[in-house]
Amino acid sequence: MHTMALAAAGPAGFLNFLQAIKIGITAGAIYALVALGYTLVYGIIELINFAHGDVFMWGTQVTFVLITALGITSTIGGWQLVGVLALLVVAASVFCGVLNVTIERLAYRPLRRAPRLAPLIAAIAVSFILENIAELWRGPGQIAFPNLFPSTALININQTFVVEYRDVFIVVLALVIMFALSRFILGTKLGRAMRATAQDPEAAQLMGVNINTTIALTFLLGGALAGAGAVVFTVSTAGYVWFFTGFQFGLYAFTAAVLGGIGNVNGAVLGGFMIGIVEGLSIAYLPQGSILSTAVVFGVLVLVLVFRPTGFLGAQVPDKA
Amino acid sequence: MANDDVLLQLSGVTRTFGGLTAVDGVDLTVRRGQIYSIIGPNGAGKTTVFNLITGIYRPTSGDVTLDGNSIVGYTPDRVLRAGVARTFQNIRLFNNMTVLENVLVGQHVRFPGDLISIVFHLPNYNRAERAARARAIELLGFFGPSMVALQDEYALNLSYADRRRVEVARALGSNPKLLMLDEPTAGMNDAETAEAVGYIQALRRDFGVTILLIEHKLQVTMGLSDRIAVLDYGKKIAEGLPDEIRTNELVIEAYLGRKAAI
Repeated sequence: MHTMALAAAGPAGFLNFLQAIKIGITAGAIYALVALGYTLVYGIIELINFAHGDVFMWGTQVTFVLITALGITSTIGGWQLVGVLALLVVAASVFCGVLNVTIERLAYRPLRRAPRLAPLIAAIAVSFILENIAELWRGPGQIAFPNLFPSTALININQTFVVEYRDVFIVVLALVIMFALSRFILGTKLGRAMRATAQDPEAAQLMGVNINTTIALTFLLGGALAGAGAVVFTVSTAGYVWFFTGFQFGLYAFTAAVLGGIGNVNGAVLGGFMIGIVEGLSIAYLPQGSILSTAVVFGVLVLVLVFRPTGFLGAQVPDKA
Repeated sequence: MANDDVLLQLSGVTRTFGGLTAVDGVDLTVRRGQIYSIIGPNGAGKTTVFNLITGIYRPTSGDVTLDGNSIVGYTPDRVLRAGVARTFQNIRLFNNMTVLENVLVGQHVRFPGDLISIVFHLPNYNRAERAARARAIELLGFFGPSMVALQDEYALNLSYADRRRVEVARALGSNPKLLMLDEPTAGMNDAETAEAVGYIQALRRDFGVTILLIEHKLQVTMGLSDRIAVLDYGKKIAEGLPDEIRTNELVIEAYLGRKAAI
């Protein structure tokens, strides 16, 4: 897709570099939104929710269904676009949030006292179930998706460094959501209950925190973030919906969470942007970059983990009294 | 005394773990306004009794009532709602949260805040949050201005004695009827211990709470308690006024060994 030649030195080279960074940041913003769902859930019940990528995929499906129902087949603009995007984000967030809570209730909560591997296998099972239902419903192929955004460039330097409306939309939405999430977690009663439960569930419960409600709330938030990410991904980058989208995307987002330090909210955001940028740069600068980028992303992960096994912002020694 | 004086009652409470009987048919009657101590050698089942009251464990048999209502089978958060708050022998603060946040978690059940009013910043929630913060500072103020000054410090960075104080402030946040302190002077030197004795008495006076105490240091227990129960191997071997316990032969034998005197 973006098979650019190896960058030459000079201004053109710098613009190429900027463009690769921009692509990285927009992709990274979406990874970060999904990575937050992995990290929130891991933080509170130490489960790697392998179904999370597929919850994200269901967000893309909901986006597609709504767009079709609204009869939109091509680019729209102005306030109409803003209204449609707002509707999509709310609908997909609610859908994915409720889906995630349902999964927790049915598949994970009954296994909460089981050995660690049991819920992990359950998560893998849920992942396949979500994929298979989508495949049954939508078929095995990718379904093309109309690009909603006008291709007008806001910034265009020599056709090399180009910033479009959709780039702004992705980054602004992601930042607003992350800001709201951090306010929620740091400054509110329910956010404090989440953090207390993550650190010592039994002590939190003895302080009156309802563990089941708090864990459900965490899944609700994680699902809602995946839903918002799914809308952004579908309308601005993917160009298609596909039952298998969640697999690779989920792995990338999970990698982002691990890179940043799983369980750490800031780490998920940092990891998301880093993975996006590493991917953007390897696509731009490596021969066959669009093929090799996956290997590079995971290579970076391994390298980071060798030197910092807990990720960039992860606690060095987790204190679980 | 009239029966409504009784705040907490354990009747024949037994708890077994596999073949081990950790608590064996224990009866306790804690009256409103008392400072009641449970003493006994290590492994006597004192902390297990606390865990049975707070819903961490369910009694194998027997009943636990608070204000005359059975609380057996309550989850720990329901027991807290019913009016029982506790501290821990091995201090369990939320280390990655600030002192103020720890005390705010303690108030979790005492101020409203559902998801909707939080997300939409409804005025009732904002008011409740402000009131909770003011209350948290008031509770820290009980231990003097130096604790208030530590409000934004992470719990992890506090001195041992300060961590114990924050745990008490956190427990008070829920306005408990019964405050259960698990070895509140463990690991403290004599000066700190004396200060702790002072604040435990002040807790009853200032907050009107009934206090149930596990304590190892006998001088602390004897000076503080209205009543003392002695556990040994999960059984209650004696109960009475401090002076009665001090001179009880069974207690001296079980708890101190024959050579020691209290």
